[in-house]
Amino acid sequence: MMPKSKKQRQLFYVVPYSIWLILFVFAPLVLLLFQSLTTSNGDFTLHNYAVYFASGTYLKMTFNSVWYAFLITLITLLISYPTAYLLNQLKQKQFWLLLVILPTWINLLLKTYAFVGLLSKTGTVNNFIGLLGIAPQQLLFSDWSFLLVAAYIEIPFMILPIFNSLAEINPRLEQASHDLGANKWQTLRRVILPLSMPGIKAGIQAVFIPSLSLFMITRLIGGNRVITLGTAIEEHFLVTQNWRLGSTIGVILIVAMVIIMILTRDRVRKSSRKRG
Amino acid sequence: MTNTSTPIIEFKNVGLSYDDDEILKNIDLELEAGKFYTLLGPSGSGKTTILNIISGQLKVTHGDILFEGNVINDVPVEKRRMNTVFQDYGLFPNMNVFDNVAFGPSIKGLSKKEIKNKVTEMLSLVKLSQYADREITELSGGQRQRVAIARALANDPDVLLLDEPLSALDYKLRKEMQYELREIQQRLGITFVFVTHDQEEALAMSDWIYVMNDGVIQQNGSPEDIYDEPINHFVADFIGESNILDGIMKADYLVHFTGKDFENVDAGMRPNERVEVVLRPEDLDLTTIDNGKLVVTIDDQSFRGDYYEITAIDDDGNEWQVQATNKSKIGERVGLTFDPEDIHIMRFNESENDFDARLERYEDDVDDAKK
Repeated sequence: MMPKSKKQRQLFYVVPYSIWLILFVFAPLVLLLFQSLTTSNGDFTLHNYAVYFASGTYLKMTFNSVWYAFLITLITLLISYPTAYLLNQLKQKQFWLLLVILPTWINLLLKTYAFVGLLSKTGTVNNFIGLLGIAPQQLLFSDWSFLLVAAYIEIPFMILPIFNSLAEINPRLEQASHDLGANKWQTLRRVILPLSMPGIKAGIQAVFIPSLSLFMITRLIGGNRVITLGTAIEEHFLVTQNWRLGSTIGVILIVAMVIIMILTRDRVRKSSRKRG
Repeated sequence: MTNTSTPIIEFKNVGLSYDDDEILKNIDLELEAGKFYTLLGPSGSGKTTILNIISGQLKVTHGDILFEGNVINDVPVEKRRMNTVFQDYGLFPNMNVFDNVAFGPSIKGLSKKEIKNKVTEMLSLVKLSQYADREITELSGGQRQRVAIARALANDPDVLLLDEPLSALDYKLRKEMQYELREIQQRLGITFVFVTHDQEEALAMSDWIYVMNDGVIQQNGSPEDIYDEPINHFVADFIGESNILDGIMKADYLVHFTGKDFENVDAGMRPNERVEVVLRPEDLDLTTIDNGKLVVTIDDQSFRGDYYEITAIDDDGNEWQVQATNKSKIGERVGLTFDPEDIHIMRFNESENDFDARLERYEDDVDDAKK
């Protein structure tokens, strides 16, 4: 009697989220898959996928998306790991962490527009270098400005998981490593880095996957210089109204994300008896 | 005094303070190579601080630390020829047993074969040969302890530092490890510096004990010295069970306490000096009232397996702890007896140097008297 009613109560708690999940996660996914696999008459077809894979433009876009996402992830990782490491050594680490996270509370679009203001031909940066006698430069609508803004936006999402995994490491281990003769660099490479791997993987997931489907920053900062799957989907849904091909690209993006999830998932360390 | 060889580790007037908080006060010590030393004291006494200063994890506020005669104050942890067994072991969870033990040798840049030989040797030393491929999480507390010892010894240190390594183990395992550690130390012939708050452990394992309290070395000596001749109230109370009473040294070899005079074996004090008298519970015997030096009433007793722990109260109202082999009756009046050499006298505020000097002086007197 008791266990059953307890179970029923537990079920009751998940009802609100289940509704959310069904309406806004499962239903769109099913619709997306359905649209990508049917003709306008509702017949089953692989035509959209054939178009996608036969077209050099789409494959190039796919490559571009993955390449940009990779660059964004790499830049964020290279900036975030040392930052998280440093934050962890500070006395008031929770306060400094808060400062790092603070920008994520501001709307993404606002931050992006702020960069437009900074980087435009009449923007702050050009005004400043103008003082040095340099003519206004084209800063917006370039690869590097896109990478700069995307990395800026993603950095807190990389720092947070890395910071958490570093904070979990027993300080005694660093002490033990020095005690056994390892210097700072050897300790970082052989003890700290392997133990913070779960945080690095979580950070990569949190940055790489959203970066694959960026389109707003791409449009506003990258202009037409940077064309990715995100911008292609936007184009198909809003401009050319080819929802079926748009859905196909969407499905392919989702598959790519799942692959990344699998590659970076946290494997439990198993006993390996290889030396026995 | 005849020892002219350089001590392996020496502290010269070492002190450590945080802000206004003095953790260590003017510590002097000399450790000879190849011996088993114990730093014994309650938590907060400064014993682990001394260990961390030796290993290099802590820097001192003043004073010098010498290793084989050379000042090593500024030598970093990783350059010191010493290794530590930590209280919580500090094993690397991302490595298995083999890789944990191999950590030191591989940092040193030994070849794969040399590393393998070293790890095999160390694991067999701590009787874990079968466990090389186990993950740390698969080991019991006792096994982790052994891995930590093997890992520290794999670097061939000149000094092994042990920070309360046995405190997390159960009683039986602890006893076993005490013997094993002692055996390992004697087999390898290197210096061990062992930190503990467990006086039994210290007495069982050490060649030499430093008793610490409040950042000061209270007394140092062999386990027998420390037990038989505690220098002050703290040491007497901390090491073993003690009956400590106020007394007066009426003259050499005559002490007055509980309203009576007793013959004893201490001398060299001022006439009628106020002192503290220590009598160990195991040195006291219960007897008939006629044979007793004191008459006491049995107040309480508890069975401890190999003896009865008895609390008795004398006619002055002093409480006495007695270890007796025979059972007593609560409320019974019995005699309490002890030998003159069981009475140990402690002077107030006597330093170790004063104590040693006095001992020498009156031992000379005894020798003179014999001539």
